[in-house]
This record gives sequence, structure tokens and C-alpha cells, in this order.
Amino acid sequence: MSRLLTPLKKVRGLGSAKEGVHHWWMQRVSAVALVPLTLWAAFSVASMAGKPYEAVLTYFAAPFNVAMFTLFLFAGFYHASLGLQVFIEDYIHHENTKIVTLIAMKLLMVLLGTVSILAVLRVTFGG
Amino acid sequence: MAEFKLPANSVVKEGKTWPAPKGATRIKTFKIYRYDPDSGQNPRWDTFQIDLDKCAPMVLDALLKIKNEIDTTLTFRRSCREGICGSCAMNIGGTNTLACIKAIDDIPGDITISPLPHMQVIKDLVPDLTHFYAQYASIKPWMQTDTPISGDRERLQSPEDRKKLDGLYECILCASCSTSCPSYWWNSDRYLGPAVLLQAYRWVIDSRDEATGERLDNLEDPFRLYRCHTIMNCTNTCPKGLNPAKAIGQLKKFMVERRA
Repeated sequence: MSRLLTPLKKVRGLGSAKEGVHHWWMQRVSAVALVPLTLWAAFSVASMAGKPYEAVLTYFAAPFNVAMFTLFLFAGFYHASLGLQVFIEDYIHHENTKIVTLIAMKLLMVLLGTVSILAVLRVTFGG
Repeated sequence: MAEFKLPANSVVKEGKTWPAPKGATRIKTFKIYRYDPDSGQNPRWDTFQIDLDKCAPMVLDALLKIKNEIDTTLTFRRSCREGICGSCAMNIGGTNTLACIKAIDDIPGDITISPLPHMQVIKDLVPDLTHFYAQYASIKPWMQTDTPISGDRERLQSPEDRKKLDGLYECILCASCSTSCPSYWWNSDRYLGPAVLLQAYRWVIDSRDEATGERLDNLEDPFRLYRCHTIMNCTNTCPKGLNPAKAIGQLKKFMVERRA
């Protein structure tokens, strides 16, 4: 398609989206939250290494432990989806492929996050 | 879709070699990117051996010597030869800088010279900066005010507020930083790039300008501003020693500040 656009017309494009700050801010907030959460999760998993199954059940029966682990998973998948979104926007330039990849990625992150959190809750509440 | 093959004529081939004149003792080898779109031929690396005893100290001096004495078809931009016009920005020894203020002795071994990276090449070392300049125009780089001011006095600015423009007003828009930025390489159609964002910040931070909010509105966009991932190539390469990455960081801070 031949288009005789001026350089300024090309630069202005469809205009400013007037968003992006929320994404940027949440990426920072989730990163900060993940520092203690990841340390805590790594420490917990390491301390359970070699322990019997009952010990793990007892560990996840404590409300604080479940809460921390659930938050760790939520923040982790949320942060991952924000990061992958940037990656996709950076590198996929075909508009339709980009939209489809973004939707697929977001849904996959929701699915994986939900499955992971439910797995933890199942250990806590039995099932 | 993704292209896995390079376009035709994009492979840079070995070009001609001009050996040093007889009797030269201090010889420096310059490998210079040559491309003439009208010829229909591939770009090439031409090799010029220069007698440094017969050449002034800067890389631009060597380019001028080549153009005057060896190959008059060598094409490049230059004007002020003192680092204030920004015309001779190019990639020298792997780093974007200004040929006129880059000393030949600063670069060990052979010196490669190519145009600013990832730009359309008009000829040899001359890139097409049309889009870059249009991006600059899009941020409205002039003072915008609504308050009328009487014709017989200046717009006042305190010394402290004037100080905030230091490190910004020195930018000469040579495009070294923007063309060193991977985010700009991949997304320059929508990402404004470090040079234009530094200029945008220069007007956002100017105490006399009254369009601060509109300026930030115009920048608040996943692509225009937020393609910056703090890679820092801009700050590393700036031939004027400025810090575009910091200016972009300040813009992102204002974006949060005005909604918190």
C-alpha cells in the first residue's frame, strides 16, 4: 500500500496511549515484594528438604506459611506476566501476531498461577 | 513476520585498499564503510593507510585527508569541527561519537568507521535522520506559556531553576545516543529514543514552561517512553558526557508522582 505520510504524521501515529505508568509501577512494586517473598520461599523449601511428607503438611497448615507461599506465587506469576509483556512488545512487530501472543501469554500465566496456588491450598485444606 | 535471510545487497564485502605512501613511519589503518545505493552494489569496507605524521590529530582530520588527497567520493557530514554541531556523529571503533572530537590516538589498532547503527544509509557515512528530527519536532521543543508577559521584560527564572537545565541544554542532537540504544533499534517507529526524551525532559523541567502536564501526557505511552529499559548505552556513548538515561528516569518519576 502506497502512503504519502509526512515524517511528523508517522511519528504521531495514533497518538499517546496515556498509559504505561501503571504497568511500569506494578513491575517495580511486584519486584520489591518478591525480594523478601523469594528469600522466604527458598529458605522454606530448603528447610523442608529430606523431611517426611507429614512435616510438609504441618508446615503448610500454618496460616502464615500458606499466606506467604500464596503471595509468593501470585507476585511471581504477576511479575512474570508483566515482564513477558514487555518482551513481546519489544520483539514482535507484526500487529496481529503480537496481540495473539499477548493474549495467549496472559491466559497461560493466569492458568499456571491458579493451578499453583490451588495446589498449595489443597495441601493446606486437604483434599 | 520474522525474516531469517538478509535482504539482497546487505552483506558488507571487502573493498579497495589504499596503502600508505612510501617513507611513512607512523601508519594508522582506517577501515571505512562505503555504500552507494545508486550503484546497486553491496556495501564494502575500504582500507586506507594514513601517515599520521602528515595528518592532524582527530578522526575527522583523517576523513578530510582521505577525501582531499585519496578518494574524493568518500561521503560524510561535517561542519563545525569542534563538537557543537553534531553533524559528524558516526560509529568509530565500535562506539558512536563525534569524529571531530575523537582523537586518533585514543583508539588502539585499526580504526573502523561506519555510519550510526541501524539507520537507513543515504551514502557512505551519511544516515537518514528525517524520522529522528520528526520525533524531535513531535515533543514541541519550544517554550509554551499561557501567562501573558509584558514586552519589556524577560521571563524570570531563579538561579536554582536555571541550574536544572545544566546537563540538558548541552545536547546537540547528534543522535549518537538514540542510535546506540537497542530499544531504539527495534522500536524506533514508536519509541522516541534517549536524545528526544532528554530534550522532552529539558522542557518538562524548565521552570518557565507552562505546558508540563501536556508534555507528560504526550509522553505517557508504552512505546514513546516506556520502551526504555535502562540499558544505559545512551549515557555510555554520549560524546558530550551527558546522561540521557537519568533524564528518562526523572520523566518516569514524574509519571508516578503526578498520580500518587
